[in-house]
Formats: sequence, C-alpha cells, structure tokens
Amino acid sequence: MKNVLFLIFLFVVFFAKSSFALIEIDITRGNLNPLPVAVSPLYVESKSSEVLKELEAGSEISKIIETNLLRSGLFNPLEKDSFVQKPDIAHLKPRFEDWKLIKAQALITGKVKITDDKLRVEFRLWDVLAAKEIMALAFTTVPDNWRRVAHIITDKIYERLTGEEGYFDTRIIYVSEKGPKNRRIKKLAIMDQDGANTKYLTLGNELVLTPRFNPTNQMVTYMSYFRNLPRVYLLDIETGVQEVVGEFPGMTFAPRFSPDGKKIIMSFAKDGNSDIFTMNLETRVVERITEHPAIDTSPSYSPNGKYICFNSDRSGYQQIYTMRSDGSNVKRITFGQGIYGTPVWSPRGDLIAFTKMYKNRFYIGVMRIDGSGERLLTENYYQEAPSWSPNGRVLIFYRETKSGSQGEGFSATLWSIDLTGYNERLIETPTDGSDPSWSSLLSK
Amino acid sequence: MNKSIFLSVTFHIIIISLTAISFPYMIKKPIDLPPIISIELIQISDFTNIPYAPKAKKILEKIKKEKERVVSEQAPPKMVKKEKPDAIPLPKDAKKKKKIKTKKQNPKKIKSEIKQVSEFEKKELFDPDQIAALIDKSKVETAETMRKSDKLTQSQDKNFIASGLTLSEEDALKAQIFGCWSIPLGLPYNENLLVRIKLKLKTDGTVIKSEILDHVRMNTPGQGFYKVLAESALRAIRLCQPLRVPTTGYDRWKDLQLNFDANEMLKG
Repeated sequence: MKNVLFLIFLFVVFFAKSSFALIEIDITRGNLNPLPVAVSPLYVESKSSEVLKELEAGSEISKIIETNLLRSGLFNPLEKDSFVQKPDIAHLKPRFEDWKLIKAQALITGKVKITDDKLRVEFRLWDVLAAKEIMALAFTTVPDNWRRVAHIITDKIYERLTGEEGYFDTRIIYVSEKGPKNRRIKKLAIMDQDGANTKYLTLGNELVLTPRFNPTNQMVTYMSYFRNLPRVYLLDIETGVQEVVGEFPGMTFAPRFSPDGKKIIMSFAKDGNSDIFTMNLETRVVERITEHPAIDTSPSYSPNGKYICFNSDRSGYQQIYTMRSDGSNVKRITFGQGIYGTPVWSPRGDLIAFTKMYKNRFYIGVMRIDGSGERLLTENYYQEAPSWSPNGRVLIFYRETKSGSQGEGFSATLWSIDLTGYNERLIETPTDGSDPSWSSLLSK
Repeated sequence: MNKSIFLSVTFHIIIISLTAISFPYMIKKPIDLPPIISIELIQISDFTNIPYAPKAKKILEKIKKEKERVVSEQAPPKMVKKEKPDAIPLPKDAKKKKKIKTKKQNPKKIKSEIKQVSEFEKKELFDPDQIAALIDKSKVETAETMRKSDKLTQSQDKNFIASGLTLSEEDALKAQIFGCWSIPLGLPYNENLLVRIKLKLKTDGTVIKSEILDHVRMNTPGQGFYKVLAESALRAIRLCQPLRVPTTGYDRWKDLQLNFDANEMLKG
C-alpha cells in the first residue's frame, strides 16, 4: 500500500513538473485617450399631456451629461447620428454589437417620466465590451431640478468609470464684473460648475473680493469694503442670511475656511505688519499664527487641517511656505525663479496649486507639498487665483486681458484646466468674472 | 522474499521510466551550446570588396616600409661616432647604445602609427587567421556576461524555456494591449494598482475565459478603485481580442496571465 502511495506521489511530482508553466506578461503601459462613450437620448415613457415637457427634459438631460463628460477631458461622447439602436429599446436591452460597431466602450441609456409634478429619471450604464449593465439608478425630484439630476448622473458615471469622485454637481462663486476698468461694478455671483443658473448675491454697491466656499456646507466667506473699511462676511447660500464676522483695519486678505468649516484663516495688518490669523467662528476668538516682520498672506489649510501653506516675502521675494497649523516648523518650499503666490492645498492633499509670475508672464501651476515636481499648467498675460474642484483634478482660475490706457479692451474671464494641462476650457459667464471658488459636492 | 524482489524491481523500472519521461527538460538545460556567430563566406580575390581594405593595405605597406627603414638604420657607423666621438666605449655606454638600437627596432613605435588610423579602419585590420581566436574570446565573453547577468536572464530564461514566448512574441502582445488599455485616471497613486488576470485562449487568440485572480479585492471596503481598474483591464482584453499570439505552440500559451500594473503610468 505504501509503495502504491509513493508511486502516486512520484507521478504527481514528475508530471506536474513536466507541464508548461503559466506565461506571465506584465502590462505596465496603457493609453490616456478619452474613453469613447455613447450617451443615448433619455427615452420618454408616458403618453400624458406632459409629454412635451418630458421630451425636452429627456433630451436636455442627455445633452448635459454629454457636455459634462466631454468637458472633463476623460471621455469622448460619440455622435448621436451614428447610433443605430433606438433609445427605448437600448434602455431595455442594448444590442451590444451595434454599439461596438461605433467603437463605444460605455453606453448610457435612460428613461424620463413626470407623474404628479414629480420628475423621475432612470439611467443605466452599460459596459459595451463586457455586454453587461454596470450601474442603474433612479432619481425623483421636482421638475425644475432636472439640471441637477443631469449633473448627479454624470457624477455617478464619472465615479464608476474613473474610480474618482465626480465634480459636476457643484457650484462656483465668483465676482461678477461690469463696466470700464477704472469704474468696475463688482457683484458676488453664483452659478453651476458649467456656467448655467447664474444668480447675483450682492447688489454691486460695495466692492466685493475673494469669496470662498466652506468645504462642509453651502456657506461662503468673502471680503467687502464698507465705507472704505474691509469687512469679512459670512453668507449662507441656502437661506441668504449674511453676517459680519469682523472689521479689520488695514490691509486684509483672502479669508478662507478651515477643512472642518469651524474657523476662517486670513491675513491682516496688525501693528503695521501683515501676518496670518485664524478666527473661531463660534467663539469669534482671533489667534495669531505667524509673527514675522515680513508680509505673510494667502493662507490655505491642508485637507487634514494639520498644515497651512502661505506666501511670504521673508526671503526677499514672495515665495511659498508651509507650516504646522499652530505656526511652528515654517519651511520654504519654492526656490524657482520668479514670484510665487496664492497657494491652495488640493482637497486630495497631494498637491499645492499656485500662481507664478516670471518675466512679466503669469502661470498657474501645481507642485508637490514639499515643493518638488513643479508643473506649470498654463501661461498668460495675467491670470491668478486657482481654486480646486472637490476631487482635486481640475482647477478654476481667472484671466485678464491687456487693456489700453483708457481701460478699453479689458476683460476678465473664468477658465478651468485639468491636471494634465491639456484640457483648458473657458467657462462662459453673463458678465466678466474673477476670483472663482469651487464648492464641494452638493449631493454629498 | 521473491515477492519483495519482484516489487523492488518493478518499482525501480517505474522510477527509471518516469525519470526518462520527465527529465529531458532538465537534461536540456545543462547543454551549454556555444553562441551562434554568423559568418559571411566571401570569395577572396585580388580585388576585395571590403571597404577600407585598400586603405588598410596601404597602411600595412607603409608599416612594412617603416620596418625596413628602421632595420636599415640599425648600424650606421656615423651615428655611433656622433654620439660619443672620442670616448672609449664603456660597458654602460655600450648598453645605452644597445638600448637605442632596440628602441628603434621596437615595434611599439610602429604600433603608434597604426593608432593614427580611425577606429573603423582599425576594425578592418584584423587578421582573418585570428577568427578562431576571436570566436573563442567571444565565447568566453558571452559566458561571462551570462554569469554576470544571471539574475536578469532568469526571467528571460523562464520566458524562453518555461513560458515558451520569445521576447518578440511577448513584445507584440504587450504592444497590442498597451493600445487597448485606457487607464482610469482617478486611481490613488499610493495603492497597489496591480490586477492579475488569467486567460484561457483559443488557437486564434480569442479569449475563452478570463478570471481576475485577486477578485476578493473587488468587494473589499476601501478598495473601490480596484473594481474600476480590473474592469478597465478586462475591457482592454475584450477590445484587443483576438490577441496577437504566436501561430505555433498553442500548448505553451493557451493559458496566459496578464499583470496589469497602473502604478508606473500614474506615478509618471
């Protein structure tokens, strides 16, 4: 018996060894081309009197999804004329061969229905090559919210296909500008991230500057000059309630929220010197963070709240520094040629965006938090104030054009650029715009 | 007793036959074949078509002449007189003279003239009679290189013997998949971004079955990105098929494992 067992053992050992080993091939490269996506128009189910409204909503929602995906630079929505299958059948069961034929790798189908003044939008995301559904969701809301539904759907698709949180259901607050350069009327304005739904929050009587979103809610902080005195305001976008946080004499700059939204950090001149301070919004206690004869401005918290980046001219030129949130361990992180300013810590925590001025040109760039790996994404005559999208992939900033001696030819526009530096896009606004700030996801 | 002997003999026969069946792949390995060197056979005639050969010939002739000249200058009595006209040659001086003579005869001087020839021309100056020696040298060098890069060649060796895919076959397959794989850009850089997929293939390279080896990670909390990454790898395979596999040796590559690693691309 033992011999037999030994024989079996030998058989297993020798024959297993003599078979071919599994071939292993390492794939370490791929392409970064936009993913071809087919966004089928949303199918309208009912035959009710509301059908016209539904039809419009159906096609408009699919258009917005398509535009969002295109603007992200990561997707390539295919021409609708090339679609073979009708939306209603595609939504039930797509004929994948038809979609493969037009080189689509993902397919989005959907259905719209209005019942009892409620809009119900259903969508499905299909993996064309795997011939299977990979996501299906439905939303019910008031019909006026159809744009937000489109943005939420885009966020879900984006997240499912890239592995990264979306940034489409967000808003941007900015300073709307009108009139000649020397007599600009500046109002606080808010819009969707794609430039739609602009609303003005102030009347334009006072000069408004540097609006910034609270990362945890729909609260905004901004600066305004009232009777030539700089004031820092808090504004609740949802309720419209506004309050003065404090009056700060001298030069006051760029209030910004802490990641938990409980403090604001800013720089203002105290005893003739500009330093960085925080203010607890509950207790209104002001705490000094830096104390240096140089000018320290533009502070921005890291997402974990443990560090602050800011700019200072303590080295003789304006450069970017980091420090602990208590003001200790100050380190200079930029050593390149030119002047650096407006540092903003990425919500992902891995990068710092900045404005750089070098040889009379302005650059928007990013670098690692230790100052290494500086990458200049865009260059222009004048541009500044980058603000991160909530997922840390896109930056919004503003750009000004050169004007004549009388201010003619002047314009200020909002632009976005992604981290690759290739996907730069103008954000259309009804008036000129400056100082944009990106909100966190509304549906979070 | 007889039974035991019979069992023992049977057992030994089985062992020997098993060894004979299974061991050839092991026997194959130690055979140390010399590296193949391709040699072009040409007709040697008065007018050779080897470039720079006429030039080299001229140089050789010049060297030959130089040699002759040096030899002719070996014992000019005047030269000796010039050096030390009145001196009685002491043994030391005699040695010196001898040294001078040997210097003139020294082939090193001739070599320095050869050095003036360009590197390319120098290559043409090799002695055809030394081919055997060169082959032997290259053999030694190859063996040394193999020994030195033993660690590196292990994988190549594995690919060649165990997997059976040549480097060019592997490269063709890689190049095909590189073009099909759209890497999701939102992946976290500091995570393990390796997806291992085992494939079963048809003879034409069509995928019969694909299996994600670390499928447990698909549903692990905090590893949501892995699902996205794995799906992108599967999409690449589907988009690429039929895969560019060799036309022969199906048994070797019918099972294939692709290791998709996005770390390198995303970290940059």
